[in-house]
Amino acid sequence: MEFKFNEENQNKLNTIISHYPVKKAAVMGALWLAQEQSGWISGEVMKEVANQLEMTLEEVLGVVTFYTMYNQKPMGKFHLQVCTNVSCMLRGGALIFDHIKLKLGIDDMHVTDDKMFSLEEVECMGSCGTAPMIAINEDYFENLNISEVDNILESLKNKN
Amino acid sequence: MEKIILPDIKDLHLIDIYIQHGGFAAAKKAFTKTTDDIIDEVKKSGLRGRGGAAFLAGLKWSFMPKSTDKPKYLCINGDESEPGSFKDRQIFEYNPHQLIEGILITAYAIQAKIVYIYIRGEYHKWIKLMQKALDDAYARGFIGEKMKETFGTDFSCEVYIHKGAGAYICGEESSLMNSLEGQRGYPRVKPPFPAQNGLWGNPTTINNVETITNVPPIINKGWEWFSKIGEPRHPGTLLFGVSGHVNKPGVYELPTGTLLTDIIYKYAGGVPGDKKILCVIPGGSSMPPLRGDQLEGVKMDAESLKNAGSAIGTGGVIVMDEDTDLVKVLARIAHFYHHESCGQCTPCREGTGWLEKILKRLVKGEGSSSDLDLLISVATNIEGNTICALGEAAAWPVRFMVTRFRDYFEERVSKEVSLSVKNKVHSMRNTSIPLAPVTR
Repeated sequence: MEFKFNEENQNKLNTIISHYPVKKAAVMGALWLAQEQSGWISGEVMKEVANQLEMTLEEVLGVVTFYTMYNQKPMGKFHLQVCTNVSCMLRGGALIFDHIKLKLGIDDMHVTDDKMFSLEEVECMGSCGTAPMIAINEDYFENLNISEVDNILESLKNKN
Repeated sequence: MEKIILPDIKDLHLIDIYIQHGGFAAAKKAFTKTTDDIIDEVKKSGLRGRGGAAFLAGLKWSFMPKSTDKPKYLCINGDESEPGSFKDRQIFEYNPHQLIEGILITAYAIQAKIVYIYIRGEYHKWIKLMQKALDDAYARGFIGEKMKETFGTDFSCEVYIHKGAGAYICGEESSLMNSLEGQRGYPRVKPPFPAQNGLWGNPTTINNVETITNVPPIINKGWEWFSKIGEPRHPGTLLFGVSGHVNKPGVYELPTGTLLTDIIYKYAGGVPGDKKILCVIPGGSSMPPLRGDQLEGVKMDAESLKNAGSAIGTGGVIVMDEDTDLVKVLARIAHFYHHESCGQCTPCREGTGWLEKILKRLVKGEGSSSDLDLLISVATNIEGNTICALGEAAAWPVRFMVTRFRDYFEERVSKEVSLSVKNKVHSMRNTSIPLAPVTR
């Protein structure tokens, strides 16, 4: 399916391009906008970004695969990012990750069948002082324990 | 104790409150001075970078060429991805305007017309908060063309936020520049240094968020005032992020030279259950860890920590109590650096993988004593053989953890040597006598 930026995002992209002396520098911003619009970075997205920023498709692909936050496949409606790095690990982050894995029955970087949840083991999110934490889409949930994680998951399920 | 970066003022993140408390007076004062005067003032203050290397900020600025037609750039490093480090987000949230004011002064000092604040992609919320602060400052005429009128100067600059997308390596300054230019975030070979050949080949200075937030008070109150705070060789306050096994984890702004034990026991409330401390990493996960019995009398500043056998890094103090499984911790740290290695240099790309594999073997209880020597050997072969410092960052925790806790690690090592390749010659003889386990 062909990808085009909607009008609002096209305007945002034009503003981002104007921040830099060369168009190519706007690639990260363009990919963020595309991901907000369509949820993930497909081949069509990369083609469109390459076209607009006068880059080769390979250059865009290189950027997409270098960073961990650009989804290279569709993720769940609620993308759960669980930190298991040292500070979180010391306070039970790894247990939370295993708990969610069992509870949702999915592995790292997998999506539930109903497309509601996806799970990712992430590196330090800068929440060490409020560990353990998970991020759901763009929001941080900090100072957690297993029962609070359960509550969060339940409320997300009910929200649907 | 006076707080410079995060003072206890309610709603300081609002531009009106910031102005009420003397905000933007330092910028106004700075624009009446020459650029040399400002660089000199910051140099004399002894302000050192807060991003990990503790390099003198004023000296860094003075590397920017004076006579050049090329455009100059200032980059503010808010990538903050070091495990155990979570200080810059406090500034974005609680005192963004002091950062903006620091940016204006620094941009003027090095004559940079364009400033990029590089913030890690995970910080969606803090990017929005920072953007709001920038929008407010623009609206008041503190940034952009209007600042000429506001401050009565002929200098102006633009400030933009560049959002990262999840790469630890982009906190390395040359990698940050490549990332900003729209390339893969590969570190560059130095020299040439950014001041000569930075963004798009132009002179560029990269400073940490916390470093720049220190600048307005220095201009306001003078270098002498600043140089008297904390340790003379590393003056000022630091945002210590305390995490792990403490009762009150969080960010504490304290003068440099504060005792590590004071930070843990007096400010962070000690260890839960009054357990003993097994290990402390004083400056973020890449810095050499200290044994629990090495902590007495250790001061938290660049020079003192160097003498104690570690480094200040980003001031992220990670505390581990006596029940911590250090092998697991080290394996997790090794996994992190393997994951974050950009893959450009072979020693780091391959070595970090080996470190992780060996440590995972140790976690399973299948490692041997010679694996500990192997770990040190791999670490030695990474250190100093890579373009950027990620090599050291990966090697240091392993080298120092294994050397300083050798007895601990020896205990976790299997006494039997497991042969990963079956003894094929023997099995071909089709003997019924099983091999005796090799013991040490």
